[in-house]
Amino acid sequence: MESYEALVHRGFGEGGPDVQDPRTLAWLIRRNGLEMTHLSRGSHIGSVFSVAEILAVLYARVLRVDPKAPDWADRDRLILSKGHAGSAVYAALAETGFFPVEQLKTHYADGSILSGHVSHKGVPGVEISTGSLGHGLAIGAGMALGAKMDGKDWRVYVILGDGECDEGAVWEAALQAAQYGLDRLIAFVDYNHMQSLDTVENTLRLEPFEAKWRDFGWQAERVDGHDTDALEEALTRAGNRAGSGRPSVILAHTVKGKGVSFMENNILWHYRTPQGEEYEAALKELEAQRP
Amino acid sequence: MRDAFVSALLEEMAANDRIVLVTGDLGFGVLRPVWERFPKQILNAGIAEQAMVGLASGLAATGRTVLVYSIGNFPTLRPLEQIRNDCAYHGADVKIICVGGGFVYGSLGMSHHATEDLSILRALPGVRCYAPGDPAEAVAATRDMLHTAGTCYLRLGRGNEPRVHPGPVTGWKSPEALTLRRGKDIALLSCGGILTQAMEAAGILAEKGIEAEVVSFPCLKPLDEERVRALLARYPDLLTVEENTIVGGFGSAVCELAAEAGSGCRVHRIGLRDCYASVVGSQQYLRKIYGMDGAAIAEKAAAIINEKRTDARGNP
Repeated sequence: MESYEALVHRGFGEGGPDVQDPRTLAWLIRRNGLEMTHLSRGSHIGSVFSVAEILAVLYARVLRVDPKAPDWADRDRLILSKGHAGSAVYAALAETGFFPVEQLKTHYADGSILSGHVSHKGVPGVEISTGSLGHGLAIGAGMALGAKMDGKDWRVYVILGDGECDEGAVWEAALQAAQYGLDRLIAFVDYNHMQSLDTVENTLRLEPFEAKWRDFGWQAERVDGHDTDALEEALTRAGNRAGSGRPSVILAHTVKGKGVSFMENNILWHYRTPQGEEYEAALKELEAQRP
Repeated sequence: MRDAFVSALLEEMAANDRIVLVTGDLGFGVLRPVWERFPKQILNAGIAEQAMVGLASGLAATGRTVLVYSIGNFPTLRPLEQIRNDCAYHGADVKIICVGGGFVYGSLGMSHHATEDLSILRALPGVRCYAPGDPAEAVAATRDMLHTAGTCYLRLGRGNEPRVHPGPVTGWKSPEALTLRRGKDIALLSCGGILTQAMEAAGILAEKGIEAEVVSFPCLKPLDEERVRALLARYPDLLTVEENTIVGGFGSAVCELAAEAGSGCRVHRIGLRDCYASVVGSQQYLRKIYGMDGAAIAEKAAAIINEKRTDARGNP
């Protein structure tokens, strides 16, 4: 039987995929994400697909991390606060060398370390286990505060979901981060406009979203969350604001299920697992996008 | 206990600049010495307990020991999930400090009665739970906690409690139980600030010719199991005393051990009997109303002993 790694990497040639290229890494996150949710009969593929470029740009171009020394003291920290997109982080970590890609196929499985919601136990490169929404921003603020107190220049990146911003604790942390002047804290909102049961608009409206963050004392901007160049530029701008005394948030406009036509903007794919003809169709669409 | 805690904390902070205290906008006056002496080691997280505990977890991840300070149920029940997920699961060096355990804020109403915290925090894996009985134990518990890695919970009383121990409790290591009074008829096992009432009860019992041993458990979790086993072996009856619900707290911990030990000893419990206190009153008033002041403890212990003595004479 063909190995998991060969299955995903088939077609990249002997050099393997160029994971320093954000587009390639984003594709790999989706390709692995499809395989992981298919094999495990797991869910949240829509979120994995919406967050793919955000993670790809971070891991390929921005994060100061070393897969050979995942606990390096001066590394940048990334917290996936929307822990249900955990398989996207696992895929990004595996593809960038933190652990074998082959291990991804154990996602959800009995005895695996790769739980559905992102877990740090035994997984190199994962800082914090999440899964209950509304926790990550405060933890990230604490890390950024610790770095500031120590005069360190590493940064903290926190990825939130838009639905997650219903949680009051997000806004408590937003107030604290602004109060403490944490300008090396950079948050993303994976703004795919959909949550568990319905659209954000029909659930708890967040707009005017950018203004909310600004009113809370943050620097806020919107970008196309699937445009890797735009994301990288936004991150460069946010990074250059170190010293401004204000944390930054990037509202990344994304499409839930991005990359597979019948999953896009379809609430069904928050929970649904790709099997049978749907898996085959999704695979065909993704393979057609292979870099 | 509050002030004893602060005095011990100041000593520890002087020796270790990686200790940071985060307050949830409380501790006016009490924390002033910390602000004055160690302004870089204290911050106000505002009235935002969930984010305060998350923040503490993140700060701890940068190599710090972080104390989270608030009153009543605010540092525990409100951010319970942050304590569970962000602190305990990650082994974060975060110490949750509650001032006002039990009925300390009696007259302020049930929102301010911390009467289930011991049960709830004890249920969380990876959380060490301290409930000192007097200022001397509070100092010992604070020191022990700050030299113990990982997530801990410290339930304190108020300010200006009477001392029970004649002098400082030196060289104490958790979870050691401390004997305050020797006895032979029954043992009163006390956890937390209710210790004064257990001691008062022992005094009342002595006047009735009943010699009660009083043992304080400043650490609820882990429990000093060795001491509990020894008490189970020695006495036909034990009476646990806590200013907390009897469901899942200290008394429950002793009962669990007694049941597993298969001892013939009966464990009786003093505590809030699965209810919220809705009566308005001071701490001491509420202790009396809810049957956990010195007189009520003595009455319960005497009834247990008298029942035994009646049985011994062969009467119904």
